Amino acid sequence: MPVLYGTDITSPLMLGTAQYPSPSVLADAFRRSGAGVATVSLRREAAGGDGGAFWELIRDLGVPVLPNTAGCHSAREAVTTARMAREVFGTDWIKLEVIGDADTLQPDPFGLLEAARILCDEGFKVFPYTTEDGILGGRLLEAGCEVLMPWGAPIGTGLGLNNLYGLRTLRAQFPEVPMVIDAGLGRPSQAAEAMELGFDAVLLNTAVAKAGDPAAMAEGFARALEAGQLAHGADPMEPRDMAAPSTPVLGLAALE
Amino acid sequence: MNITVNGSPAEIAATTLDAALEELGYGAARVATAVNETFVPGTQRAERTLSEGDRLEILAPKQGG
Repeated sequence: MPVLYGTDITSPLMLGTAQYPSPSVLADAFRRSGAGVATVSLRREAAGGDGGAFWELIRDLGVPVLPNTAGCHSAREAVTTARMAREVFGTDWIKLEVIGDADTLQPDPFGLLEAARILCDEGFKVFPYTTEDGILGGRLLEAGCEVLMPWGAPIGTGLGLNNLYGLRTLRAQFPEVPMVIDAGLGRPSQAAEAMELGFDAVLLNTAVAKAGDPAAMAEGFARALEAGQLAHGADPMEPRDMAAPSTPVLGLAALE
Repeated sequence: MNITVNGSPAEIAATTLDAALEELGYGAARVATAVNETFVPGTQRAERTLSEGDRLEILAPKQGG
């Protein structure tokens, strides 16, 4: 199982907490999948709001909490949000999102690196939502990040692993660094593929929360991750262009 | 004095952040605060004075992905 900043995670499934039909469905999805991390956010609170109730629900899940800086479009915004999250959630873990484009929700590599440097210097354990760019990945590691979270595809699209070459290359460039495919996964088969490529975990939300049966889908992802992990450890065969019979040719009867 | 609270105008009598939270009805709520886009830790709210036109953000745990 993945070790992230020295913490053993009980499952390679990191699951978001947004968009579920109800709090009880959210809790069921976590219970049934055994998800190892819960992602959360900070938003404006009205006087007498229900932030306290949500916090109780999350604490009862019994898994590490990973606050995000979702929606931040500048390093400054993200850094301030991270500082606020550390106080409210009582954790120095932060999923660092600095968005560069409102349509694709693609990370802004320049703002991301700037914010990562500041937050790492302040003792945060930064989980950067990044692209498959290996140069940026290297700079984030130099800044002090010990985990990389490349996107599979744009957030909420369910397109899966959009750039297999780029992801495979990033994985190979930093073989010792824990890596999480964050965002863009829609189906368990895509999560299995990520694990087969050697990634350590996946982080997803919409694919589970927006499924007709979120708890069943969460379990589907958990099983797919386990299958992919087993396959990766089992050293899969290389694909080839020409057919090769699996049944022995030797001993074939002459019946023609 | 007139300030902005979570993007909406508000008029308060309090002069410190601590007192403003109390006056605005947040009491002991689990919130994080920023004034004029700068984080103010809970331990500094009592000393953080507010001025006319300040922009106050009050955030709490919410769902996220």
